[in-house]
Amino acid sequence: MIRFVPRARTPVWLSVAVSIGAGLAALALTAIPLALTGAPVFTAFALMAQGAAGNGFALAETLTRATPLIFTGLAAAVAFRAKLWNIGAEGQLYAGALATVALGAGLIEAPSYVLVPLVLIGAALAGAVLLLVPVLFKTRFGADEVVVTLLLNFIVLLFVQMMLEGPMKDEMALGWPQSAPVLDEATLPKLVSGWRLHGGLVLAILAAVALHVFITRTVWGFRIRAVGENARAARYAGLPVGKAMALVGLLSGGLAGLAGASEVAGLKGYLTADLSPGFGYAGIVVATLANLSPLGVIPAALFVAGVFVGADSMSRAIGVSNYLADLVVAFALLSVLVGGLLTRFRIVFVRRGTA
Amino acid sequence: MWEALDILTQANFWAATIRIATPLIFGVLGALLCERAGVLNLGIEGIFVAGAMSGWLAVYLGLPLWGGVVVAALVGALFGLVHGVLTVPLGLSQHVTGIGVTLLATSMAYFGYRVAFPNVATPPRIEAFAPLDVPLIGDLPFIGPILAQQTGFTVLAFACVGVLAFVLARTPLGLALRAVGDNPEAVEAQGLSVVALRIGAVMAGSALMALGGAFLTLSAFNAFYFGMINGRGWVCIALTVFASWRPGKALLGALLFGALDAYQLRIQTIAGGVVPSQIFLMLPYIFSIAALVLVARRADYPRALMKPYFKGQR
Repeated sequence: MIRFVPRARTPVWLSVAVSIGAGLAALALTAIPLALTGAPVFTAFALMAQGAAGNGFALAETLTRATPLIFTGLAAAVAFRAKLWNIGAEGQLYAGALATVALGAGLIEAPSYVLVPLVLIGAALAGAVLLLVPVLFKTRFGADEVVVTLLLNFIVLLFVQMMLEGPMKDEMALGWPQSAPVLDEATLPKLVSGWRLHGGLVLAILAAVALHVFITRTVWGFRIRAVGENARAARYAGLPVGKAMALVGLLSGGLAGLAGASEVAGLKGYLTADLSPGFGYAGIVVATLANLSPLGVIPAALFVAGVFVGADSMSRAIGVSNYLADLVVAFALLSVLVGGLLTRFRIVFVRRGTA
Repeated sequence: MWEALDILTQANFWAATIRIATPLIFGVLGALLCERAGVLNLGIEGIFVAGAMSGWLAVYLGLPLWGGVVVAALVGALFGLVHGVLTVPLGLSQHVTGIGVTLLATSMAYFGYRVAFPNVATPPRIEAFAPLDVPLIGDLPFIGPILAQQTGFTVLAFACVGVLAFVLARTPLGLALRAVGDNPEAVEAQGLSVVALRIGAVMAGSALMALGGAFLTLSAFNAFYFGMINGRGWVCIALTVFASWRPGKALLGALLFGALDAYQLRIQTIAGGVVPSQIFLMLPYIFSIAALVLVARRADYPRALMKPYFKGQR
């Protein structure tokens, strides 16, 4: 008979090993449907690896794709730490993007050292406020935040479409529903001229480090972790659970909002309703792969981004659908969940009857 | 103004209400069966997609329509097995596992569809369920034309409401299922297996969810489109709370939602041009959130919902 014995502490090497193992398991599991379609499995994976990191340009594309995933991954990590199930990062991302064009596309004219911070703060606030609604519904009315955040994603996307076809429509865009471009002063600088890689990546990494320090080194970080581990005990110990939850909501929504700002002000330059191919949902995978560690989010985002960029390139080369990437990511999420058992429990084999 | 009220007297409106409600009936029944047994199944959105795609593909490849229904149910049960094994004996987070199942089922369906049809401009079609043409009922005043527009698949949905209500309320199996979501220790004390009951409920519930998806491709439409589920699964999770986990109220909630959705589609054509269409499209989602918030305080959640059970451990 197998028994799970809870671990008091998880060694860091084990968490890392589980995450890497889950990534490999995901690739192995994806090979099964891939082989069933008759595609050359090893060629496909080799092409994916090449497309994700085969040369400087490919690597830069992967880093560009990883940028919003770091933000949404952090958003999920901080929320899930406190057992606030924010599945609404997709909507919060769009709220942030909407705030970015609202503030940065001509409403305010200022030099970039004023306008860029202003746009970022606005985007973070928009995302944060959007998440505060379900947090309030949860703490005041007991409404499950999962469903509310999920449904808000659809509402926000419809709202964005409405704005892009109405008041925020760029008349110069030849009928295409998109916003006016953000001003040069609101644009994040490119990191390497000629490549798409932009300053959002630096912000994302800074955000990861800041969140790590906040969670591990501050009183409020400790409170958030305590609420997540046992809300009832935290309340009994006199911790301000409601305030901690609201803080988590502000942080998580704000980070997701920054993902939208970074995509608009750093990469696209304007807002369309197809800005995000599911970065919000992928952030959940990133956070889980990272075992909810803010610093772990960075490599996890790189892995997920690499899978998507690599699959696009592989798909162009041999015509296997790039939905393969979604398959790898889904398998990675489930694999790391199962692997997580190893980090939380020691598995002990005991003879029946002795337990 | 009169136009807006006039909609309610049209047989077409009520027929559309039932058509929109049918997949939700399956979805809410599936979700409440899982949750009554203590397992939240957020795989629902993806299972809808997988059911829609697999049921349709089976018929496209030559199976009869009811064969497609069976295939969809089996595919749903398979994803239910994945969710059940990961959350029940392994006790993994039901939230994150459910999202994982949704991602997996969705990507498998999309990948499979792209493999089968690499380059098609218009989605291939099948011969979908035809409206039931029952002679006497069709001649009834007012409700005749409404019922005559429905298909056998909708009849199945209504039958499932009755069967599930009966099984849950009146059979030993139903008692065991309800107990396993309220007080698993008591079930174990009776010598029944908590793990088997919960996994069984999740598989059956997921099969129902998949039927909701299959209804869309086999009865409401006749083709599979990317993004056709569009949050219907999540709506079902909200309606489950609204329905207090009761099959009868689930039917009521789904019909209410269907009526609202059918109404907004029709009012759009009247108010179109003045009010942006997106406002109307938001209404069903806003309605779902409002319904959830309104009943949340007094909602009688199954007591062991989302609490993993390990033998001999409290």
